[in-house]
Amino acid sequence: MLPSQFAELTVLDLVPFGRESTLRTFALRLSPPPWKRYTPGQFVMLRPAGWGLELPWARPFSISRAGEHDLVCFIQVIGRGTERLLGLRAGDAVRVWGPLGNGFAVEADSLTLLLAGGIGIAPFLGYAQNHPKPWNLSMLFGHRAPLDCYPVDSMNERIEVEPICENGPEDLEHFIAVMQARMEEHAVKNGLALACGPLPFLRTVQRLAAKTGLRTQLSLEARMACGVGACLGCVVTTTSEWPVSDAKNWPVQACSQGPVFWAGHVVLD
Amino acid sequence: MLDLSVSLAPGLRCKNPILTASGTFGYGLEFAPYGELVNLGGMVVKGLSLKPRKGNPTPRIVECACGMLNAVGLQNDGVEAFLKHKLPQLPWRETAVIANLYATAPEEFAVLADILSAEEGVAALEVNISCPNVREGGILFGQDPVMAAKVTQAVKQAARNTPVIVKLSPNVTDIAAVAKSVEAAGADALTCINTLSGMAVDIVTRRPLLANVLGGLSGPAVKPVALRCVWEVCRAVDIPVIGVGGIASVEDVLEFILIGACAVQAGTMNFSRPDFAFRLVEELPSACKRLGIDDLAAFRASLQLEVTS
Repeated sequence: MLPSQFAELTVLDLVPFGRESTLRTFALRLSPPPWKRYTPGQFVMLRPAGWGLELPWARPFSISRAGEHDLVCFIQVIGRGTERLLGLRAGDAVRVWGPLGNGFAVEADSLTLLLAGGIGIAPFLGYAQNHPKPWNLSMLFGHRAPLDCYPVDSMNERIEVEPICENGPEDLEHFIAVMQARMEEHAVKNGLALACGPLPFLRTVQRLAAKTGLRTQLSLEARMACGVGACLGCVVTTTSEWPVSDAKNWPVQACSQGPVFWAGHVVLD
Repeated sequence: MLDLSVSLAPGLRCKNPILTASGTFGYGLEFAPYGELVNLGGMVVKGLSLKPRKGNPTPRIVECACGMLNAVGLQNDGVEAFLKHKLPQLPWRETAVIANLYATAPEEFAVLADILSAEEGVAALEVNISCPNVREGGILFGQDPVMAAKVTQAVKQAARNTPVIVKLSPNVTDIAAVAKSVEAAGADALTCINTLSGMAVDIVTRRPLLANVLGGLSGPAVKPVALRCVWEVCRAVDIPVIGVGGIASVEDVLEFILIGACAVQAGTMNFSRPDFAFRLVEELPSACKRLGIDDLAAFRASLQLEVTS
């Protein structure tokens, strides 16, 4: 894993998505980070330099793109911190540390199913962009808000995306049925599934992974203060399948031991 | 050049007064990518218990105005794992590595102190009698001057020549009384303060925001309380006091020293930016220069109480 670095970056622009939605999502584009490589699934901690003491924590965001030109994160407004991030303007300074945690497995020749729920699409932009054989990828995208709230267009250029809008219980049932069918297809071909999205969605993926036997990784989201493994706020309990013998059935940090875990390695409660 | 070194106990001299607070700096290694650990005055590592502890269920942390609540519940891998896996990786020859220890009975504290003080790499012991997030021990010891003294004495007797620092709780009526009691029991130094007991709730879900319901408040919100506690304790005891609570700038460091602290610990703000403590060390000499402080020892406890006209 590449070492994390701290840097003060500059906002290049902030682009809101979705014209007519109550769901507020935006792309935050920052000046290039000092690190040029990362593994999709890794994340950064962001805290604007202009924030005073009122909100002491930085906020964790999945890396959607990082390179010589910029660092891009897709952000959904869900609380005080993300609300204030929406107020950033070009030229503002933002303190950033990363890349943090581990990333998704990349198996060039495995048929790989990307399972995204809502803003959980964020890490898959970089994943599709960096994958050596993108024709082996396909994505199932469950969303509630209109599609234009999400950066789907840029995904479509690289890989096949199947969006499923869920507005009611019957849509959810349909989504789960399609997910199970796709996971079964991939299991037969010894493929791989990678999932990122809200907790109930990840629980469903975890259950289907056990049912279909498909090798599956989950990217977890957690309340996090430091992002580096110190605060012990973001822990998730491991199962007996966790590879480290003295940390089985034990809380481990989602930030430094994750955020990507094999589905059978963690308890999602 | 300004001498920033401080003596916190016989055999415990730190190159500068900036240490990191237990529970906010992991085992130090987590922060190595962001600065030189050897530049710190010292590090107090995450609280250690005799046996591994799982800690509390999640959510364990919540951000609040100018601070945070935590109810981690002293999750740690136990003292043996620390000595085997972490301590050998730390630059303990160059900077003070202070072990924070937690137990549920004086005898157990003594066993821990015996194990840790046998290690060359452990510069001092910081005794946690003030954790608000565990059911047994912790704050129960810290709120009772007699129990606090018993724990201190047990640790001191088992600690060989390793200095013993006792970390006090602000959740008491008279912190000076506890400080005096602990000093009489042999403590070499005191750390003031641990977190303040607090709570946060969600009016939409009508649930507490911490699984443990209550947690410990830290961060800039607690600084005035920490200053008051350090002030009262410094006036009550003769041993060195390490100030901790809400330090967010090098000026805050100097505030604690002004009222009598020998050293400080940077805590919650390590989460705001991982190079926070390293920056305090870098900024301290120029801040002293700017304020005309050419002798930190003389500046210490130089607060003027009389109104001058």
